[in-house]
Amino acid sequence: MTEVAVPDIDWSYASSTESTEIVTIDDRYGLFIDGEFRNPKSRRHFDTVNPATEERLAEVAEAGPADVDAAVRSARSAYETWGSLPGRERAKHLFRIARMVQERSRELAVLETLDGGKPIKESRDVDVPQVAANFFYYAGWADKLEFAFPGLRPEPLGVAGQVIPWNFPLLMLAWKVAPALATGNTVILKPAETTPLTALAFAELTAEADLPPGVFNVVTGAGATGAELVGHADVDKVAFTGSTAVGKRIKSQLAGTDTRLSLELGGKAAHVVFDDAPVDQAIEGVVNGIFFNQGHVCCAGSRLFVQENIHDLFVDKLKARLSTLRVGNPLDKNTDVGAINSRQQLDKITELVDSGVTEGAEIFQPDCDLPARGYWFVPTLFTGVSQSHRIAQEEIFGPVLSIMSFRTPEEAVDKANNTPYGLSAGVWTSKGSRILWMADQMKAGVVWANTYNKFDPASPFGGYKESGFGREGGRHGLLNYLKGVH
Amino acid sequence: MPARLDVRKTYKLYIGGEFPRSESGRVYPALDARGEVVARVAQGSRKDLRDAVRHARRAQPGWAGRSGYNRGQIVYRVAELVEDRFETFVSQVQVGDPDRRRSRREVEEAIDTLVWYAGWADKFAQIYGNLNPVAGPFFNISAPEPTGVVGIVAPSRSGLLGLVARLAPVLIMGNTAVLLASQSRPLPAVTLAEVLETSDVPPGVVNILTGHTDELVPWLADHMDVNAVDAAGATPDQRHRIDEGAVHNVKRVVGGDPGDRSPFVIAAFTETKTVWHPKGL
Repeated sequence: MTEVAVPDIDWSYASSTESTEIVTIDDRYGLFIDGEFRNPKSRRHFDTVNPATEERLAEVAEAGPADVDAAVRSARSAYETWGSLPGRERAKHLFRIARMVQERSRELAVLETLDGGKPIKESRDVDVPQVAANFFYYAGWADKLEFAFPGLRPEPLGVAGQVIPWNFPLLMLAWKVAPALATGNTVILKPAETTPLTALAFAELTAEADLPPGVFNVVTGAGATGAELVGHADVDKVAFTGSTAVGKRIKSQLAGTDTRLSLELGGKAAHVVFDDAPVDQAIEGVVNGIFFNQGHVCCAGSRLFVQENIHDLFVDKLKARLSTLRVGNPLDKNTDVGAINSRQQLDKITELVDSGVTEGAEIFQPDCDLPARGYWFVPTLFTGVSQSHRIAQEEIFGPVLSIMSFRTPEEAVDKANNTPYGLSAGVWTSKGSRILWMADQMKAGVVWANTYNKFDPASPFGGYKESGFGREGGRHGLLNYLKGVH
Repeated sequence: MPARLDVRKTYKLYIGGEFPRSESGRVYPALDARGEVVARVAQGSRKDLRDAVRHARRAQPGWAGRSGYNRGQIVYRVAELVEDRFETFVSQVQVGDPDRRRSRREVEEAIDTLVWYAGWADKFAQIYGNLNPVAGPFFNISAPEPTGVVGIVAPSRSGLLGLVARLAPVLIMGNTAVLLASQSRPLPAVTLAEVLETSDVPPGVVNILTGHTDELVPWLADHMDVNAVDAAGATPDQRHRIDEGAVHNVKRVVGGDPGDRSPFVIAAFTETKTVWHPKGL
């Protein structure tokens, strides 16, 4: 037997960290009103921290009632001209913004990762490119609105108050701002308390892009600021993305008013895998479905239904795959699962996972070294979950998958639809007719068949039932901001 | 004394394809324009409303599962049978509005509205749905689906047209309905129920309650198995109450001009579903 020389290679992990030099973060930010940054009349500020290190990144203004009012006035006054600007001029404004986002994409991606904790490969390859794509897509609609819906004369609503979450800060901004501006509305945006920085950077970018003052305003703050904006008497349209609990509060706040409302709320998506599915592809789809963005995704595939005859095989493969996920520094280009967005969210995930254990489900977590500081949660699976368990009913909004089984397609549909939510669903099978049948049966606004978590500016997104109403994206996304529809 | 005594109709509720009296045993007087009692109609209760919602829910998947062609023909058949009872409807509309010409026009308009919406059943998805040109190798299509069980507060000032103009767009894409008839002009609603029952509309697809709308609206607004409420015909106070009740299960509340005849009224009672599938070898 001949000896084979084995080279002496060090196989230990070498990180590949994205530089933060491209980003400049101010020590303190004001509110962006009427095209300029202003100190808040409230005289209050709060810290925004990097959830991966718990270090303070900057101090951000907390808008009070007088500040929100100033922002609404600025948007109202800008509406006078923006609302009647020829569509082709509005289009060019939005095209310019799209190009400037592309130009500054790396900077925005790094800033997003610093402030929110998501892996750089996601902010760099998904969030920011999608932001630019959304502005580019809706820019093109601005001068073609009369062709969008037969019989509908396109008229803007006026002033839009938009409240967005912390899971995709800049992308949710784009989903809301691009269609609103394309249709001739003006905007006051309230970014999430824990992730205000990219919205402020974007505000700066709009000023540089010569977007007329007041067309886009940013009021930072927490829930009270959002409630102030939503309830302002001179806001014609409210668009909210966030939890179902807060969405209901907003719906209640607007009861009896004429304010137009669209809500994109929580989810508890069913991901259904049949025994004829391409198993390894399905594993990747399921992993992406629940661990993408730490599971901080309203359409996350958080309930997995596997056909009984492949359940054990599928769970074994999932466990093996989970053990290869790299959890840690979001700036490391190899990181798959980054930091949990906030202490508060970490507590919520921990509490729900504890309930899963207490209620009798079986937990699996791979061995994983977590950084000493920051907010982290190990990718988690539960098997032996029943329909009534809290982890099968409540939105966890974290990297936690609840696995159940089924025998027949009818049973899969019954279980999949057994939730007050209806945002998204997934199905894996090789049989074409079954895909279409399942897609018909599942009560969800988006159905991914043999894929998951795909987004595109041209594709409408939004929920059934308690996942909200209205669609963002695509031609349908224009309807949120036009008169003459209900 | 007349040579022959006429036979009067008992005005009942329409629930699950049957015509029960209110379980509460209550009736209330329907008055004509002079304030005279022309009939006593059932005064539906909370329990009647819940029964109606249960039937509407049970009937919904089957109704939505029919082809657009089939739903269109059934709604067209309703128009045929309203036309058939033209004079009956005119006389009942006239109870609330003594102007005979206006009453005739209302019935004509109601029939034409049914025909107009009937034709949308197999076209609406072509106007409102589309293929989405996404940047990747995916087949991606968006299409409207019915929202589910819809509560309708019929406009109070029009006994037939107001009701038909709100009911037709709800039905045409496959929703089922629980409808609160005009409290002051209930007679045409009850006769319409008789028409629906003989027009191949499956039992439970439309349920019609007469009664005191202020009493029934809160139960409708709060019901956790109602997906949307058409409040275009509601009073401002009722609308407010519907908005509040809608919070519990995020009901869609639809307002606007009650006389609006447009595909966007149909759209208000649909959900857009988007389906993705990869393309590849």
